Amino acid sequence: MLDLIWLLPTFPLLGFLILALAEGKLAKGPAGWIGAGSIGLSFAVAALVAVSFLQSGLESHTVPIWTWMSVAGFDPGINLYLDGLSLVMILVITGVGFLIHVYSTGYMADDPDFSRFFCYMNLFVFAMLLLVLGDNLLLLYLGWEGVGLCSYLLIGFWYDDPYNGYAARKAFVVTRVGDTAMAIGLFLLFAQLGTLNIQDMLHAAEAEWAVGSALPAITALLLLGGAVGKSAQLPLQTWLPDAMAGPTPISALIHAATMVTAGVYLIARTHTLFELAPNVQLLVAWVGLITLLMAGFTAMTQNDIKRILAYSTVSQIGYMFLGLGVGAWSGAIFHLMTHAFFKALLFLGAGAVILSLHHEQDIFRMGAKRKQLPVGFLCFLIGGLALTAFPYTSGYFSKDEILIAALEVEGQGLWLWLGGVIGAFFTGIYTFRLFFVVFFGESRGHHDAKEVKGLNIALPLFILMALSLFGGWIPVPLDAVFSHGAEHEEHHISAFMHGVMIALPLFGIAISYLFYGSGILSAEKLMSLPGSRALHRFWNSGWGMDRLYDFLFVNPFLYLARVNAKDIIDAFYDMLAALSRAGHLLIVRTQTGYLRWYVLSMAAGLVALIAVGVLL
Amino acid sequence: MMGAIPVEHGLILAGILFSLGLIGVLTRRNIVFVLMSLEVMLNACGLAFIVAGSRWEQADGQIMFVLILTLAAAEVAVGLGLIIQMYRRFQTVDINVLSELKG
Repeated sequence: MLDLIWLLPTFPLLGFLILALAEGKLAKGPAGWIGAGSIGLSFAVAALVAVSFLQSGLESHTVPIWTWMSVAGFDPGINLYLDGLSLVMILVITGVGFLIHVYSTGYMADDPDFSRFFCYMNLFVFAMLLLVLGDNLLLLYLGWEGVGLCSYLLIGFWYDDPYNGYAARKAFVVTRVGDTAMAIGLFLLFAQLGTLNIQDMLHAAEAEWAVGSALPAITALLLLGGAVGKSAQLPLQTWLPDAMAGPTPISALIHAATMVTAGVYLIARTHTLFELAPNVQLLVAWVGLITLLMAGFTAMTQNDIKRILAYSTVSQIGYMFLGLGVGAWSGAIFHLMTHAFFKALLFLGAGAVILSLHHEQDIFRMGAKRKQLPVGFLCFLIGGLALTAFPYTSGYFSKDEILIAALEVEGQGLWLWLGGVIGAFFTGIYTFRLFFVVFFGESRGHHDAKEVKGLNIALPLFILMALSLFGGWIPVPLDAVFSHGAEHEEHHISAFMHGVMIALPLFGIAISYLFYGSGILSAEKLMSLPGSRALHRFWNSGWGMDRLYDFLFVNPFLYLARVNAKDIIDAFYDMLAALSRAGHLLIVRTQTGYLRWYVLSMAAGLVALIAVGVLL
Repeated sequence: MMGAIPVEHGLILAGILFSLGLIGVLTRRNIVFVLMSLEVMLNACGLAFIVAGSRWEQADGQIMFVLILTLAAAEVAVGLGLIIQMYRRFQTVDINVLSELKG
């Protein structure tokens, strides 16, 4: 049964090929069935594989498909590697992916490019599955770049609007910065350890490198560079909010549930390297912490429903990085899974709200929509509670695990914990600010909106609601993967600390209620305080990071491009051309058109030649 | 060979004829005269062959002369044809007028 894994990426690939070769001539019915059905079949195979893998009790299983190339001892294969980590990932990708595909058949029903959408989506799922199933770094990199390409294609899906193209290019270029670092890291690993197979490489690294030495630190840093690019962490987080230009199911699938968590997967997959470089591992924690706090501040000041969720995604991936950094490997992957559930739910719910309100995204033009949009209301209630780690929802368990592990880090543990808890407090504020503004208060527009109907939209939402509520009880089979970590120890934490962790998000919800639910406190009054407007602008712009990067990189580059518009290198070649042209003009004068001139020069030439022959 | 003309005389005569022909080609403006000067140059070459053939007592020189004679006949036939065409088209036989092919 386990050997069936090869079917897993095959179905999406077939779906992609059929949809691509049909050139959009397929009717929407069949295109939707092929697009969503291929992922459904993949999910069925993944479920079968999961059952037989868990029953077999194996630690890992490799299925070779074929040898990619074989040159002088360098023979990366297309081999699929299954263990607890990739099992969790394939279930999330195909499971959540399938729900989002089904939802998309409803959401995109009116789009003229319906089949192109599913074509890209299937290609994305194929690349993502290769990424998590590849047993060597080259295959992983292929999937890594594949999902980057699909992300680019899908952000710019509505290419008629130049802004979407800009957002797509921005996402592509910014992640490319991280990918370059990662590629260099892979070269370094291959040059030093002589293998691309991830497991062999990790064993070799453990055997050859000392803890804290330079090489693992450099490689881990380079891999971290790739991870922060893909996962939108500091300092490469600026692309994700703009990536919301794509259709909403894309935001749910690629920019919340799966692709942006690829960085988390990469670090978890190569966690041995990070354990060999404790300083870099601590850096991962701090990157996550600072990102989650900064994104939390920004999310509180946004007005666009999708941008709030985008910053929230950045912030939640920050939690995963925090978990990775403090050694809570399975906690981070657990949070990845629960986040995939509730953030997909929130994005799809936002999609339903946006669609019902005729593509309105500003939350301050909604208001009092709980009667008109009961399903959307339920989505945001359950998703929001899970996001703020309300006790016994899915987010509560995973966030708990990360924060408790953070507390146990020696030295800086308390700071990491405190930052994480404050971040959770912000999460409560911004999530329920969105919730109260959209669904309570007075209606500020779209008074007669009707909720979009359709089983293919409602059913995925209800399944995701159930997963968001109860997903915390799903056991993740990760013990064998991260066996040498300190995960099995019982966590000891005082009741006070635990109380703080539960209370602060609730406190955040209460603050949101006071401001936006009941109107007892008013945001306008807060804004009239001196300096608060400037602060709001600063946070709203994402801490001015875009402007900073424009100043540091974009404008100098544009300046250089302007200066060099005439191409300095070309001047040399232009000179060569001018020189030969001048010589040509010189010689052309001898061609007079007079016959006797030619005869004379021929005779003179002959005489000269004979003279030379006679004299020498 | 009794009373034979020295080979140098023959060659000098050929040289003088050749130079006269060349000067004619260079100085004449009427293309008919240019063609005639060209014939003189060819004949000078033929004379040089004959002289050389009699000097070494070989038949090759005379054979070469017959070849040049044939060549000259063919050349004149084509050349005169061209001159007639040229006269018809440009109403002139002055080669200085026909200098359109300059760079």
